[in-house]
Amino acid sequence: MSSITTPPPAPQAAAKADEAQRRLRERLEWGLPLSPRPWQVLAEQCGLTEGEVLACVHRWQATGLIKRQGLVVRHRPLGIGANAMVVWDVPDARVAEVGRRLAREVAVTLCYRRPRCLPDWPYNLFCMLHGIRRERVLAQLAAIVERQGLADLEHRVLFSEQAYRQCGGRYAAEPSP
Amino acid sequence: MPVDPRDLDALDRRLIDYYQRRLPVCTRPFARMAERLGTSEAEVIARLERLLALGVVSRVGPVFDHARAGASLLAAVAVPEDERDACAAIINRAPGVNHNYARNHAYNLWFVMTAPDAASLASRLDRLEAELGHPLLRLPMLEGYHIDLAFPIPWAELEAR
Repeated sequence: MSSITTPPPAPQAAAKADEAQRRLRERLEWGLPLSPRPWQVLAEQCGLTEGEVLACVHRWQATGLIKRQGLVVRHRPLGIGANAMVVWDVPDARVAEVGRRLAREVAVTLCYRRPRCLPDWPYNLFCMLHGIRRERVLAQLAAIVERQGLADLEHRVLFSEQAYRQCGGRYAAEPSP
Repeated sequence: MPVDPRDLDALDRRLIDYYQRRLPVCTRPFARMAERLGTSEAEVIARLERLLALGVVSRVGPVFDHARAGASLLAAVAVPEDERDACAAIINRAPGVNHNYARNHAYNLWFVMTAPDAASLASRLDRLEAELGHPLLRLPMLEGYHIDLAFPIPWAELEAR
């Protein structure tokens, strides 16, 4: 290979820092180690200092890459097992407005616009309602439809019948211990 | 495994109620939580270990924004009821699947697939679609109006159940 076509090597320090941060991200997807100084433990695993790890995490919070930090609760074992996905067919011109209205409802835990896939799937707005019993969730939905004036919108309620897997978003393979 | 809410005492509940968000990011986070909860750092750690072991909490730490942290997509597939468990197992074996539910609709299996980037997401879905032998409905998020699953736990209602 001639020296003309070989790209210049990336600055080594920057590449090393990127690699360390990528490792930190992977580790964090599995949660903090439950040790008195969890960030110090992660720092050692990733080849960073505790201060660098904390600075990195603060930056990810500020940019929105991390949307919250805390206990990730699994609702089903607690008995919050009625998980309704409500799908709506909303005229495109109204979808953002209806989405924002639904998002204001305390009972609505997630609300997204997604594409229709015609002819099989005409629904373009999705929201989730969680509760203990189906009847209660349906009553909450009826109240929302009434309060927000959504009775004219075609919608369907898809309850979960079985959870084959329920865990938070993870992008990396499980790190080796 | 279901957990009887009565097995979670006032301290467990406050731990959950206070810290589904705003976990302190500092050198001794569990000590800071303990101060606010009126207990010790060791007790907070022991409680968190137990909540994890019970399966009430899946992890403690950051929740990354899916859209920024990589590529992800909600997908659905319509499979015959007698193939449902087998198809769900195939889906669970595919890389990057983090939610997988059966729902009461012709599209009876719903899952979220994630990948480091859009190209690998598409190829993971293509491979899974071929393995399942049924077409996938691919429903990427176009706009989010509310994207946070941390809601208050209705303890009283759970106990009255």
